[in-house]
Amino acid sequence: MLESAKQLPRSDFLAIEAKGLVKIYGKQRAVDGVDLAIPKGMVYGFLGPNGAGKTTTIRMLATLLKPDAGVAHVLGHDLGKENDEIRSRISLTGQYASIDEDLTGMENLTMMAKLMGYSRREAKMRASELLKAFGLEEAAKRQVKKYSGGMRRRIDIAASIVVTPDLLFLDEPTSGLDPRSRNQVWDIVRMLVGSGTTVLLTTQYLEEADQLADRIAVINKGKIIAEGTSSELKAAVGSGTLNIQLVRPEDRVRAGNLLQQKILTTVHHSGDSASVTAQINDPALVAEAISELAREGIAISDFSFGRPSLDEVFLSLTGHSAEGEADAEEETL
Amino acid sequence: MTDYIEQDASRTVEFPMSETIASSKRPARPTVLATIGAFATRALLRIKHVPEQMFDVTLFPVIFLLMFTYLFGGAIAGSTAEYLQFLLPGILVMTVSQITMYTGIDLNNDIRKGIFDRFRTLPIWLPAALIGALLVDVIRYSIASIIMIGLGLLLGFRPEGGFIGVMGALVLILIFSFSLSWIWTALGLIVRSEKSLMMLSFLVMMPLTFISNVFVDPSTLPSWLQGFVSINPISILATAVRGFMHGTVTAEQIIWVLVVSVILTAIFAPFTMYLYRNKE
Repeated sequence: MLESAKQLPRSDFLAIEAKGLVKIYGKQRAVDGVDLAIPKGMVYGFLGPNGAGKTTTIRMLATLLKPDAGVAHVLGHDLGKENDEIRSRISLTGQYASIDEDLTGMENLTMMAKLMGYSRREAKMRASELLKAFGLEEAAKRQVKKYSGGMRRRIDIAASIVVTPDLLFLDEPTSGLDPRSRNQVWDIVRMLVGSGTTVLLTTQYLEEADQLADRIAVINKGKIIAEGTSSELKAAVGSGTLNIQLVRPEDRVRAGNLLQQKILTTVHHSGDSASVTAQINDPALVAEAISELAREGIAISDFSFGRPSLDEVFLSLTGHSAEGEADAEEETL
Repeated sequence: MTDYIEQDASRTVEFPMSETIASSKRPARPTVLATIGAFATRALLRIKHVPEQMFDVTLFPVIFLLMFTYLFGGAIAGSTAEYLQFLLPGILVMTVSQITMYTGIDLNNDIRKGIFDRFRTLPIWLPAALIGALLVDVIRYSIASIIMIGLGLLLGFRPEGGFIGVMGALVLILIFSFSLSWIWTALGLIVRSEKSLMMLSFLVMMPLTFISNVFVDPSTLPSWLQGFVSINPISILATAVRGFMHGTVTAEQIIWVLVVSVILTAIFAPFTMYLYRNKE
């Protein structure tokens, strides 16, 4: 307690502070020295591909896993020493619907309310209130296994906020949802933050982090490789991205080299063998880049210039795209 | 189902969400009893929603009882009616001890489905989750027992110990089964899948139930096997249950069952709780 307090002064403004969190599975360092300082009252996003260590980090902060190294304060309490205090103020919604699928929505929420200390009567009232608020009133008496994916997610989040937590962990809250259900979950998250809850969510979707998170930590191979607001991350990469579509794929290497030499920019080759992507900070250079290519006789069929997306941020930070690795590795639990 | 989803889709999202979503209060932590009660209610609701569970666990022993009585009764005891008096208490012991593994399977499912994680992040007294479930399992065991005894009576089972004797036997079976369940909860926390747990329990329970005095009088066995049969917990329980039902039970027989139960609980309950808290 004393030792960790020395290393990590407590702060009233931070929901989570962590220093040097490590989790090792066999030879693999699933989480490899993560530092965090997450202010209260915001949505904080962990962005990264499968197997990056997002879930493992969340499970450590939610008291489910013991870190192999590092210290953390969650809501001002020492992780590992004051887990009970932490548990009474956090809530976790796991990657898979963590409710009893054989029970009805009403029964699930009533059970959770009773476990949170409500009397039988109050528990039922609270359950109905939540079902109504989440648009699940009509499904209240149906077994959860008969719910659609979006409804499942909603009941799952509802179960996490029976007593409004100060800190809510959402592990990939929208993976596998259709766009409409995803928007519903986003609305719920925004509203929770509105009522004072700090939300820490993980996502593989760049758009989700962009839309929802006030600050983002990009995680790859157990390490945070970038941190900031969405626009800070984009700015760090450069003000814009030039995407050139070549007529002949065999020109790609030559075009790339040319841009690198003349415009002094970094060039990426995406999956499309006829396209070249370059980071360009000054929009004035775009015209120059196009005319350089024309002078060398490299025919282009199309080009576009725009602000970088988070996908491009990820690409420039890691050298590979976020989705590319998603299938290759499995998330270590 | 389908029409609901369509109806749901036509609605343009926005729930009447407002400040109602935030809880108006933060109740005090539930008492241990209330926590156990909440978990027990959950287990009861599961029986209500998945009654097939009960069906599975009773069908197999019913078949066993009929098969053994009519197939081997004549050969083993001279007559089927005679054999039934010997076999029924034993089959009852076998049935209930075998269905104890469902406790482990339920727990294993909870882990795989993630609900286990939710319980572990609650500020509750954790053993309540297991105790609540185990208490309801005792109800499951009772129902299975009543079905078996009922069938036995129909087939001609006549317990000389009378109603009191049968009840005494039942209580003994329930105490033993509650204790045995802890083995399966511990294994349920260790093994990865439901399938491997079933396989494992089969490997343990098969020899334990067959190399016992459930089906035959051990005096016909080779002496080295008799040694195992006499210390087999299933035999110890079967002996006492048989004694209760036929009115010949001794204090020593009862005490041995209680000793075995206490030992099982003392080893496997803390072990389960250790695994439960430290599961990664």
